[in-house]
Amino acid sequence: MLLRYQRSVAVSATYPPGAPMIPVCPTTALPPGEAIRVEATEPIAVFNVDGDFYAIDDTCTHQDASLADGWLDGCAVECPLHASCFDLRTGKVSGPPAKTPVRTHRVVVQDGTVYVQPGTAADGAA
Amino acid sequence: MRRTVAVVGASLAGLSAARALRAQCYDGRIVVIGDEAHAPYDRPPLSKEFLAGRASLADIALGTPDDTDLDVEWRLGTTAVGLDHLDRSVRLADGSEVRADGVVLATGARARRLSGSEGLRGVHVLRSLDDAVALREDLATAAHLVVIGAGFIGAEVASTARTLGLEVTVVETQPVPLAGPLGADMGAVCAQLHADHGTRLLVGSGVAGLVGTGRVEAVELTDGTRLPADVVVVGIGATPNVEWLADSGVALGNGVLTDARCATSIPGVVAVGDCAAAWSTSRERHVRVEHWTHALEQPATAVATLLGTDRPAPTPVPYFWSDQYGARIQFAGSRREDDEVRVLEGSRADRSFLAVYERHGDPVAVLGVDQPRLFTRWRRQLRTAVLTHS
Ligand SMILES: Cc1cc2nc3c(=O)[nH]c(=O)nc-3n(C[C@H](O)[C@H](O)[C@H](O)COP(=O)(O)OP(=O)(O)OC[C@H]3O[C@@H](n4cnc5c(N)ncnc54)[C@H](O)[C@@H]3O)c2cc1C
Ligand code: FES
Repeated sequence: MLLRYQRSVAVSATYPPGAPMIPVCPTTALPPGEAIRVEATEPIAVFNVDGDFYAIDDTCTHQDASLADGWLDGCAVECPLHASCFDLRTGKVSGPPAKTPVRTHRVVVQDGTVYVQPGTAADGAA
Repeated sequence: MRRTVAVVGASLAGLSAARALRAQCYDGRIVVIGDEAHAPYDRPPLSKEFLAGRASLADIALGTPDDTDLDVEWRLGTTAVGLDHLDRSVRLADGSEVRADGVVLATGARARRLSGSEGLRGVHVLRSLDDAVALREDLATAAHLVVIGAGFIGAEVASTARTLGLEVTVVETQPVPLAGPLGADMGAVCAQLHADHGTRLLVGSGVAGLVGTGRVEAVELTDGTRLPADVVVVGIGATPNVEWLADSGVALGNGVLTDARCATSIPGVVAVGDCAAAWSTSRERHVRVEHWTHALEQPATAVATLLGTDRPAPTPVPYFWSDQYGARIQFAGSRREDDEVRVLEGSRADRSFLAVYERHGDPVAVLGVDQPRLFTRWRRQLRTAVLTHS
């Protein structure tokens, strides 16, 4: 079940603001164009866009689709259900049916491992 | 003088047309006329979350704060009753007129009713917010629901009613439900969802009539069977709202007939969404599509036609979804009767699979049940294939 592991990581903790960083996976486990879901109380999706990593809330603000299942196009991810697009840098939604942005989370890469810091908006996020 | 565009129909296609007008730099007046009193709202939740009581009116509103920038004059609660093709004026039921340089027809469709059901309480169709509110109230005190028609809306209502604890029977005339959109094989697989969740499905059963005085008591089938019912939902398809155009000179068939770019037979008048039947080059006939994504995306093409600007190509790969019994059914592409269907991933027995429809070995459509990730990739691939072939 290697594929399954690569697509989703389980994390038991919830995340208050300023929470510690959560290790997600080795950078090699998340190739460009791929996404991984971090299964926290409020799941987070981490994306690799041509070597740059981004993290946003995994659950679409329209219904309960997982954005890690979506389609990555540059810095935008298209929701797999009804195709609203979210900007990975800002969390902003570009078009209906979703009406509200998703939260972004800071990503840090250290010693070949991808970490997210939940509750800390990415630099430049709305 | 400022130019005016009149949009008739204030729902998904109408609102999308107003958005597309501004996005394509039209700076004239936009008047949107809608016969419902409500601001534009989303219909798919009416058979799902909204009917189940899990979504509010605010949740299903289509408008966003950004839409105030559209600077639209809304004429809600007003029915358009005629269109004069000479000066493109739209006549309204209150006797007034909106004279326009361009007109977008977006009047959608209405649910077909069962003849003989008029005035019988407990019998519902589901198309509008008002329908959904009335049905929700009636389901709250009911024990037995009979759904006539096992299409998408019938199946979704049945599924929602099960979550509300009702006993549900679905009656379908055809031998296999959903065979039209999905093909017999896959239609049968999806229809199994009913049995999985304790809904009784009767196929190949004609409805002879409804029994009851004042309030419905049962549905009588052609073989004489009587199915007791506190509530009946009729889900037997929809009819385009085009009668009001009968004297306008706009060519009508099964909907407003348009070319592939949404132009009607009258210059300056375009038609979009559920009310329109656009020419399909690949199928060599007019096709009326009744799906959400189509009503969202097609107006960009219609508006470009109206403004005479660069015309974005119409969406090459049709897409729709349905949520039933917690399963996500997604379909994209164009299926024909003799296409071969192959399950590539998952299994029918688990009701979680991805099936591809092939014609002469080429993929032409894809069906996913609870496979959003794979489905999205296949949908993209079909889109790329269509774009490179056309
Ligand atoms: C219960 C339900 C569930 C659905 N679920 C799904 C789904 O899961 N997935 C999917 O892909 N699609 C779904 N659909 C289909 C989707 O909602 C439609 O394709 C879409 O609403 C079409 O938009 P439209 O704007 O063309 O037409 P409509 O939404 O029908 O809007 C037309 C509007 O014009 C108004 N109007 C009509 N005549 C006049 C007149 N003469 N003057 C003024 N106004 C007028 C109507 O009252 C209406 O408000 C569902 C539809 C329903 C009803
Ligand atoms: S669930 Fe994401 S757009 Fe609908």
